[in-house]
Amino acid sequence: MSAALATAAGRVAPASARRPFRLSPWQTWGAILLAPYLLVFVFFVVYPVGYGLWLARHPASYAHLVADPIFAGTVVNTLVFLIVGINVKMAIALFLSGFFTHERRWIRWLSVLFILPWAVPSIPTILSVRFMLNPEWGIVNHIVFSLTAEDGPNWLNDPRLGLTLAIAVHIWKSLPFWTLILLAGRLSISSDLYEAASVDGATGWQKFLHVTWPSMRTLYVTCTILSMIWTLGDFNSVYLLTGGGPADLTHVLATLGIRYLRLDQVDLSMAAVVCAMPFVLPLVYVLMRRLSK
Amino acid sequence: MSAGIAGAPAATARALDLSPRRRPDWLKAAGKEAKLLLVGIPVLLWTLIPIYHLALFAFSPKESAFSGALFPTHPTLRNFAIVFGERHYFLSHFWRQLWNSVLIAFTTGVLTLVIATAAAFAISRLKVRGGRTVMNLALFTYFIPAAFLAVPMYKTMGAYGLLNTKWALILAMVTIASPYAIWVLKQASDKLPLELDEAAIMDGASPLQLFRLVYLPLMAPSLVAIGIYALLLAWNEYLFAFLLLSGDRDLTLPVALGNFLAADDSPWELLMTTGLIYALPPAAIYYTFRRYMVGGLTAGAVKS
Repeated sequence: MSAALATAAGRVAPASARRPFRLSPWQTWGAILLAPYLLVFVFFVVYPVGYGLWLARHPASYAHLVADPIFAGTVVNTLVFLIVGINVKMAIALFLSGFFTHERRWIRWLSVLFILPWAVPSIPTILSVRFMLNPEWGIVNHIVFSLTAEDGPNWLNDPRLGLTLAIAVHIWKSLPFWTLILLAGRLSISSDLYEAASVDGATGWQKFLHVTWPSMRTLYVTCTILSMIWTLGDFNSVYLLTGGGPADLTHVLATLGIRYLRLDQVDLSMAAVVCAMPFVLPLVYVLMRRLSK
Repeated sequence: MSAGIAGAPAATARALDLSPRRRPDWLKAAGKEAKLLLVGIPVLLWTLIPIYHLALFAFSPKESAFSGALFPTHPTLRNFAIVFGERHYFLSHFWRQLWNSVLIAFTTGVLTLVIATAAAFAISRLKVRGGRTVMNLALFTYFIPAAFLAVPMYKTMGAYGLLNTKWALILAMVTIASPYAIWVLKQASDKLPLELDEAAIMDGASPLQLFRLVYLPLMAPSLVAIGIYALLLAWNEYLFAFLLLSGDRDLTLPVALGNFLAADDSPWELLMTTGLIYALPPAAIYYTFRRYMVGGLTAGAVKS
């Protein structure tokens, strides 16, 4: 991409060839048009981030944070959420992207419906799932009861089940997006490669291994990293499903920060965010290098 | 090939036509269709169940929904009447909150579009000095999860005296939406041929004329996608809205929905009804502009 940009920049003959005459009005207008975003950036990114770091400047906040029994559990939950959630999600997305390449009318209709979780806001659907899992009134336990004649579990009151279900909700919500991206990646692979493989007598699995995967690997890894960063910031799936409960055992870093804010412990809240940075920044660095290649 | 499962026989017929060989061919084709269905049916159920459950509640009387009925045995619009008539404590500001959501979403969409289009034009076409740095800063912001910016943003809005106003949420959403908007628009803009600019400049076009007469018309499809992206982002936002707004008359709908949970005996059927009403506009907008959305928004990601 940057190579293309560089040649493009070189070819901007009008600006560069006639520099003495053109430079100032073009650069002036450039600066004027860039200014609104720069203002937004300075007032609503630089200032808040600086302010946040300033609030989290005391080492005591971190000691306090680490001493909080919830914190260790939250870190574990976050890691489980990331490692299990994302790998499961991306594997399913890769698989389904292959499914959606089949040309059938019903599959095209299905792909239209499949986008729904991504197209509708998360609050109503997560609350809908929450009520489905209500131990007394929810539809899930009604079905469990009618099948086994026994009461179903109190789903969201068990930290492990609660976290698993929060991961499931997260997957439900974001699977369509990643499937679409990977589908676009698959469709950009030349069909000649597949035809050549067929002529050589390759099976479906061999085609995947030797044609699809090599072409998709970079995209897949980029998507996985991006998804990791975004999942770290997934507040809704946990907060709206379990509220961090029971007994604050299903918090992840994104919800923990808000919990402290509501308890009026802003320094702890910022310290929790700062603690996530060692995860986030290396990933962002890798991603930026990949995207500006 | 007609809709639904009819795909299977059609494919079988085709297999029969094409191959003069034996039965295993159509058996194979049928087997393949069966495998596809084996994937397709679970995907359909997985996707629709939470949404179906939402609609089921909205159209059922409270008693039947709470007794675990799988189908609306006595479908009713009563819940909608209660919501639209604001006839419940939790819903006393329904229309006002809906209006807040609409206003904030539109303003965010328009502002993001203006800011991002101008920035992308300056970076991509005018090659403004430092443009690449700004692009990288924006991209960096885009990658940091918004939830981590929420607490500092809350404190900042407090410091600016904007808390509990619509502008707090609008500006926060513009901040979150514009980096991606600039990135996508810049990528789309880089693809426009430079000869167009050159020709316009030969004809003596000023930067603004170039922007208005050449750039904007050519970028229209991406602009639609980005405007809608920002609008939906703001409409759907829960966390920032929940932090930055308080006071029943200033809330947006999602925060009002979240507040239902505060009570022990929440009127879930009304919550689901309001939720369904709130979920419909973004879904409708998304499907109306699906072509632009998928093309415009995935292009950036796939390029990597």
